[in-house]
Amino acid sequence: MHIFANPARFLRLARPLTPRLGWGGAGLIAAALVYGLFLAPPDYLQGDSVRILYIHVPAAWLGMAGWAGVAAAGLMQLVWRHPLAGVAGRAIAVPGAVFTAICLATGSLWGRPTWGTWWEWDGRMTSMLVLLFLYIGFIALAGAERDRGGDGRLAAIFGLVGAANLPIIHYSVLWWRTLHQGQSIGLGRSSMDESMLWPLLVSALGFSLLFASVVLMRMRTALARQKIEARLRRMAA
Amino acid sequence: MSPWPFVLAAYAIALGGTLGLGLASFAAMRRAERAADALRDGR
Repeated sequence: MHIFANPARFLRLARPLTPRLGWGGAGLIAAALVYGLFLAPPDYLQGDSVRILYIHVPAAWLGMAGWAGVAAAGLMQLVWRHPLAGVAGRAIAVPGAVFTAICLATGSLWGRPTWGTWWEWDGRMTSMLVLLFLYIGFIALAGAERDRGGDGRLAAIFGLVGAANLPIIHYSVLWWRTLHQGQSIGLGRSSMDESMLWPLLVSALGFSLLFASVVLMRMRTALARQKIEARLRRMAA
Repeated sequence: MSPWPFVLAAYAIALGGTLGLGLASFAAMRRAERAADALRDGR
Protein backbone atom coordinates (compact mmCIF):
# COMPACT_ATOMS: atom_id res chain seq x y z
CA MET A 1 0.00 0.00 0.00
CA HIS A 2 2.91 2.33 0.69
CA ILE A 3 3.79 2.09 -3.03
CA PHE A 4 0.70 4.25 -3.65
CA ALA A 5 1.64 6.87 -1.02
CA ASN A 6 2.74 9.00 -3.96
CA PRO A 7 -0.42 10.48 -5.61
CA ALA A 8 1.31 10.68 -9.04
CA ARG A 9 2.09 6.95 -8.91
CA PHE A 10 -1.48 6.22 -7.78
CA LEU A 11 -2.89 8.28 -10.67
CA ARG A 12 -0.72 6.43 -13.21
CA LEU A 13 -2.45 3.23 -12.12
CA ALA A 14 -5.94 4.68 -11.50
CA ARG A 15 -6.33 6.38 -14.91
CA PRO A 16 -6.29 3.23 -17.07
CA LEU A 17 -8.00 1.14 -14.37
CA THR A 18 -11.08 3.37 -13.93
CA PRO A 19 -12.77 2.75 -17.34
CA ARG A 20 -11.75 -0.93 -17.41
CA LEU A 21 -13.34 -1.62 -14.01
CA GLY A 22 -16.38 0.47 -14.91
CA TRP A 23 -17.14 -1.12 -18.28
CA GLY A 24 -16.23 -4.61 -17.06
CA GLY A 25 -18.58 -4.20 -14.10
CA ALA A 26 -21.38 -2.81 -16.28
CA GLY A 27 -21.08 -5.78 -18.68
CA LEU A 28 -21.22 -8.35 -15.88
CA ILE A 29 -24.16 -6.57 -14.21
CA ALA A 30 -26.10 -6.48 -17.51
CA ALA A 31 -25.50 -10.19 -18.14
CA ALA A 32 -26.38 -11.22 -14.57
CA LEU A 33 -29.50 -9.07 -14.37
CA VAL A 34 -30.88 -10.20 -17.76
CA TYR A 35 -30.38 -13.80 -16.59
CA GLY A 36 -31.79 -13.04 -13.14
CA LEU A 37 -34.82 -11.21 -14.47
CA PHE A 38 -35.78 -13.46 -17.41
CA LEU A 39 -33.93 -16.78 -17.36
CA ALA A 40 -33.31 -17.85 -13.75
CA PRO A 41 -35.94 -20.21 -12.33
CA PRO A 42 -38.48 -18.90 -9.80
CA ASP A 43 -38.08 -20.12 -6.22
CA TYR A 44 -40.32 -23.03 -5.20
CA LEU A 45 -41.56 -21.06 -2.18
CA GLN A 46 -41.13 -17.34 -3.01
CA GLY A 47 -41.92 -17.54 -6.73
CA ASP A 48 -40.69 -14.65 -8.92
CA SER A 49 -40.04 -12.27 -6.02
CA VAL A 50 -36.77 -14.15 -5.47
CA ARG A 51 -35.39 -12.28 -8.54
CA ILE A 52 -34.80 -9.27 -6.23
CA LEU A 53 -31.99 -11.42 -4.76
CA TYR A 54 -29.67 -10.56 -7.69
CA ILE A 55 -29.59 -6.88 -6.76
CA HIS A 56 -30.38 -6.94 -3.03
CA VAL A 57 -27.51 -9.22 -1.96
CA PRO A 58 -24.77 -7.40 -3.96
CA ALA A 59 -26.04 -4.07 -2.55
CA ALA A 60 -25.89 -5.47 1.01
CA TRP A 61 -22.40 -6.86 0.40
CA LEU A 62 -21.16 -3.51 -0.96
CA GLY A 63 -22.75 -1.55 1.89
CA MET A 64 -20.85 -3.70 4.41
CA ALA A 65 -17.62 -4.02 2.37
CA GLY A 66 -17.70 -0.25 1.85
CA TRP A 67 -17.66 0.38 5.60
CA ALA A 68 -14.87 -2.19 6.03
CA GLY A 69 -12.97 -0.08 3.46
CA VAL A 70 -13.75 3.14 5.37
CA ALA A 71 -12.44 1.52 8.59
CA ALA A 72 -9.30 0.15 6.86
CA ALA A 73 -8.60 3.59 5.38
CA GLY A 74 -9.08 5.13 8.84
CA LEU A 75 -6.60 2.65 10.34
CA MET A 76 -4.04 3.39 7.61
CA GLN A 77 -4.49 7.10 8.16
CA LEU A 78 -4.10 6.91 11.95
CA VAL A 79 -1.31 4.32 12.18
CA TRP A 80 0.78 4.79 9.02
CA ARG A 81 -0.33 8.34 8.10
CA HIS A 82 -0.82 7.17 4.52
CA PRO A 83 -1.42 10.35 2.48
CA LEU A 84 -4.16 8.80 0.32
CA ALA A 85 -6.00 6.98 3.15
CA GLY A 86 -8.22 9.93 4.07
CA VAL A 87 -9.02 10.54 0.39
CA ALA A 88 -9.91 6.84 -0.02
CA GLY A 89 -12.15 6.80 3.07
CA ARG A 90 -14.11 9.82 1.86
CA ALA A 91 -14.31 8.39 -1.69
CA ILE A 92 -15.79 5.10 -0.42
CA ALA A 93 -18.40 6.71 1.87
CA VAL A 94 -20.88 8.04 -0.72
CA PRO A 95 -21.06 4.87 -2.91
CA GLY A 96 -21.24 2.81 0.32
CA ALA A 97 -24.19 4.89 1.51
CA VAL A 98 -25.92 4.63 -1.89
CA PHE A 99 -25.64 0.82 -1.94
CA THR A 100 -26.80 0.57 1.70
CA ALA A 101 -29.86 2.64 0.76
CA ILE A 102 -30.45 0.42 -2.32
CA CYS A 103 -30.17 -2.66 -0.06
CA LEU A 104 -32.79 -1.25 2.36
CA ALA A 105 -35.16 -0.16 -0.46
CA THR A 106 -34.94 -3.45 -2.40
CA GLY A 107 -35.24 -5.43 0.86
CA SER A 108 -38.41 -3.56 1.67
CA LEU A 109 -39.77 -4.27 -1.84
CA TRP A 110 -38.88 -7.95 -1.37
CA GLY A 111 -40.47 -8.05 2.09
CA ARG A 112 -43.91 -6.79 1.02
CA PRO A 113 -44.90 -9.72 -1.29
CA THR A 114 -42.90 -12.30 0.74
CA TRP A 115 -43.58 -11.40 4.39
CA GLY A 116 -46.62 -9.14 3.92
CA THR A 117 -44.83 -6.12 5.42
CA TRP A 118 -42.57 -3.34 4.11
CA TRP A 119 -40.50 -3.14 7.28
CA GLU A 120 -39.85 -5.03 10.50
CA TRP A 121 -37.57 -3.87 13.32
CA ASP A 122 -35.58 -7.11 13.30
CA GLY A 123 -31.84 -7.40 13.90
CA ARG A 124 -30.67 -7.48 10.26
CA MET A 125 -32.84 -4.64 8.98
CA THR A 126 -32.25 -2.40 12.00
CA SER A 127 -28.46 -2.89 11.91
CA MET A 128 -28.43 -2.10 8.15
CA LEU A 129 -30.41 1.08 8.85
CA VAL A 130 -27.82 1.96 11.55
CA LEU A 131 -25.12 1.43 8.88
CA LEU A 132 -26.86 3.98 6.61
CA PHE A 133 -26.93 6.49 9.50
CA LEU A 134 -23.23 5.80 10.17
CA TYR A 135 -22.42 6.57 6.52
CA ILE A 136 -24.41 9.82 6.66
CA GLY A 137 -22.63 10.78 9.91
CA PHE A 138 -19.22 9.96 8.40
CA ILE A 139 -19.90 12.00 5.24
CA ALA A 140 -21.05 15.00 7.32
CA LEU A 141 -18.12 14.73 9.76
CA ALA A 142 -15.46 14.29 7.05
CA GLY A 143 -16.91 17.24 5.08
CA ALA A 144 -17.03 19.50 8.14
CA GLU A 145 -13.48 18.54 9.14
CA ARG A 146 -12.19 19.22 5.65
CA ASP A 147 -13.95 22.62 5.48
CA ARG A 148 -12.23 23.63 8.73
CA GLY A 149 -8.82 22.56 7.43
CA GLY A 150 -8.60 19.49 9.68
CA ASP A 151 -6.53 16.41 8.89
CA GLY A 152 -9.49 13.99 8.94
CA ARG A 153 -8.46 12.21 12.16
CA LEU A 154 -11.93 12.49 13.73
CA ALA A 155 -13.58 10.95 10.67
CA ALA A 156 -10.94 8.18 10.67
CA ILE A 157 -11.71 7.36 14.34
CA PHE A 158 -15.45 7.46 13.57
CA GLY A 159 -14.86 4.99 10.71
CA LEU A 160 -12.99 2.60 13.00
CA VAL A 161 -15.56 2.78 15.82
CA GLY A 162 -18.42 2.30 13.34
CA ALA A 163 -16.87 -1.00 12.19
CA ALA A 164 -18.29 -2.51 15.42
CA ASN A 165 -21.63 -2.58 13.57
CA LEU A 166 -20.32 -4.98 10.87
CA PRO A 167 -20.24 -8.18 13.01
CA ILE A 168 -23.64 -7.19 14.41
CA ILE A 169 -25.06 -7.07 10.85
CA HIS A 170 -23.36 -10.35 9.90
CA TYR A 171 -24.43 -12.36 12.95
CA SER A 172 -27.81 -10.66 13.47
CA VAL A 173 -29.67 -13.50 11.71
CA LEU A 174 -28.11 -15.98 14.15
CA TRP A 175 -28.44 -13.92 17.33
CA TRP A 176 -32.05 -12.81 16.76
CA ARG A 177 -34.23 -15.20 14.80
CA THR A 178 -36.98 -13.05 13.34
CA LEU A 179 -38.33 -12.43 9.83
CA HIS A 180 -35.07 -12.10 7.87
CA GLN A 181 -33.82 -15.43 6.54
CA GLY A 182 -30.53 -16.93 7.66
CA GLN A 183 -27.29 -16.97 5.69
CA SER A 184 -27.47 -18.92 2.39
CA ILE A 185 -23.86 -18.48 1.29
CA GLY A 186 -20.72 -18.93 3.37
CA LEU A 187 -17.06 -19.53 2.71
CA GLY A 188 -16.93 -22.72 0.62
CA ARG A 189 -20.57 -23.66 1.12
CA SER A 190 -23.97 -22.63 -0.24
CA SER A 191 -27.53 -23.83 0.28
CA MET A 192 -28.60 -22.26 -3.04
CA ASP A 193 -29.09 -24.13 -6.28
CA GLU A 194 -26.37 -23.48 -8.87
CA SER A 195 -28.89 -21.98 -11.32
CA MET A 196 -29.39 -19.15 -8.81
CA LEU A 197 -25.93 -19.08 -7.26
CA TRP A 198 -23.93 -18.31 -10.43
CA PRO A 199 -25.91 -15.27 -11.61
CA LEU A 200 -25.76 -13.98 -8.03
CA LEU A 201 -21.96 -14.32 -7.92
CA VAL A 202 -21.60 -12.69 -11.37
CA SER A 203 -23.89 -9.84 -10.30
CA ALA A 204 -21.92 -9.36 -7.04
CA LEU A 205 -18.63 -9.29 -8.99
CA GLY A 206 -20.05 -6.82 -11.54
CA PHE A 207 -21.38 -4.42 -8.89
CA SER A 208 -18.06 -4.72 -6.99
CA LEU A 209 -16.03 -3.75 -10.09
CA LEU A 210 -18.33 -0.80 -10.75
CA PHE A 211 -18.06 0.23 -7.08
CA ALA A 212 -14.25 0.14 -7.36
CA SER A 213 -14.42 2.27 -10.52
CA VAL A 214 -16.64 4.85 -8.77
CA VAL A 215 -14.24 4.96 -5.79
CA LEU A 216 -11.30 5.58 -8.15
CA MET A 217 -13.28 8.36 -9.91
CA ARG A 218 -14.04 10.03 -6.58
CA MET A 219 -10.41 9.72 -5.46
CA ARG A 220 -9.24 11.29 -8.74
CA THR A 221 -11.78 14.11 -8.22
CA ALA A 222 -10.50 14.76 -4.68
CA LEU A 223 -6.85 14.75 -5.84
CA ALA A 224 -7.61 17.16 -8.72
CA ARG A 225 -9.41 19.51 -6.31
CA GLN A 226 -6.45 19.36 -3.89
CA LYS A 227 -4.17 20.25 -6.80
CA ILE A 228 -6.38 23.22 -7.74
CA GLU A 229 -6.48 24.49 -4.14
CA ALA A 230 -2.69 24.17 -3.80
CA ARG A 231 -2.09 26.06 -7.08
CA LEU A 232 -4.54 28.82 -6.15
CA ARG A 233 -2.79 29.19 -2.76
CA ARG A 234 0.61 29.41 -4.48
CA MET A 235 -0.72 31.98 -6.97
CA ALA A 236 -2.23 34.08 -4.15
CA ALA A 237 1.01 34.01 -2.12
CA MET B 1 -50.47 -10.52 -5.11
CA SER B 2 -48.28 -10.45 -8.24
CA PRO B 3 -44.60 -10.00 -7.30
CA TRP B 4 -43.65 -8.43 -10.67
CA PRO B 5 -44.39 -4.77 -9.78
CA PHE B 6 -42.15 -5.19 -6.71
CA VAL B 7 -39.41 -6.92 -8.73
CA LEU B 8 -39.46 -4.23 -11.44
CA ALA B 9 -39.48 -1.41 -8.87
CA ALA B 10 -36.49 -2.98 -7.08
CA TYR B 11 -34.53 -3.30 -10.36
CA ALA B 12 -35.41 0.29 -11.33
CA ILE B 13 -34.20 1.64 -7.96
CA ALA B 14 -30.98 -0.41 -8.06
CA LEU B 15 -30.11 0.41 -11.67
CA GLY B 16 -31.18 4.06 -11.38
CA GLY B 17 -29.14 4.53 -8.20
CA THR B 18 -26.07 2.83 -9.67
CA LEU B 19 -26.30 4.72 -12.96
CA GLY B 20 -26.85 8.05 -11.19
CA LEU B 21 -23.91 7.43 -8.88
CA GLY B 22 -21.62 6.45 -11.76
CA LEU B 23 -22.59 9.39 -13.99
CA ALA B 24 -22.39 11.96 -11.17
CA SER B 25 -18.94 10.66 -10.12
CA PHE B 26 -17.72 10.65 -13.74
CA ALA B 27 -18.97 14.21 -14.39
CA ALA B 28 -17.38 15.52 -11.16
CA MET B 29 -14.08 13.82 -12.05
CA ARG B 30 -14.04 15.25 -15.58
CA ARG B 31 -14.83 18.77 -14.31
CA ALA B 32 -12.16 18.67 -11.58
CA GLU B 33 -9.42 17.18 -13.79
CA ARG B 34 -10.14 19.64 -16.62
CA ALA B 35 -10.02 22.56 -14.17
CA ALA B 36 -6.72 21.29 -12.73
CA ASP B 37 -5.23 20.89 -16.24
CA ALA B 38 -6.45 24.35 -17.28
CA LEU B 39 -4.85 25.91 -14.20
CA ARG B 40 -1.57 24.08 -14.87
CA ASP B 41 -1.53 25.25 -18.51
CA GLY B 42 -2.22 28.81 -17.35
CA ARG B 43 -5.57 29.07 -19.14
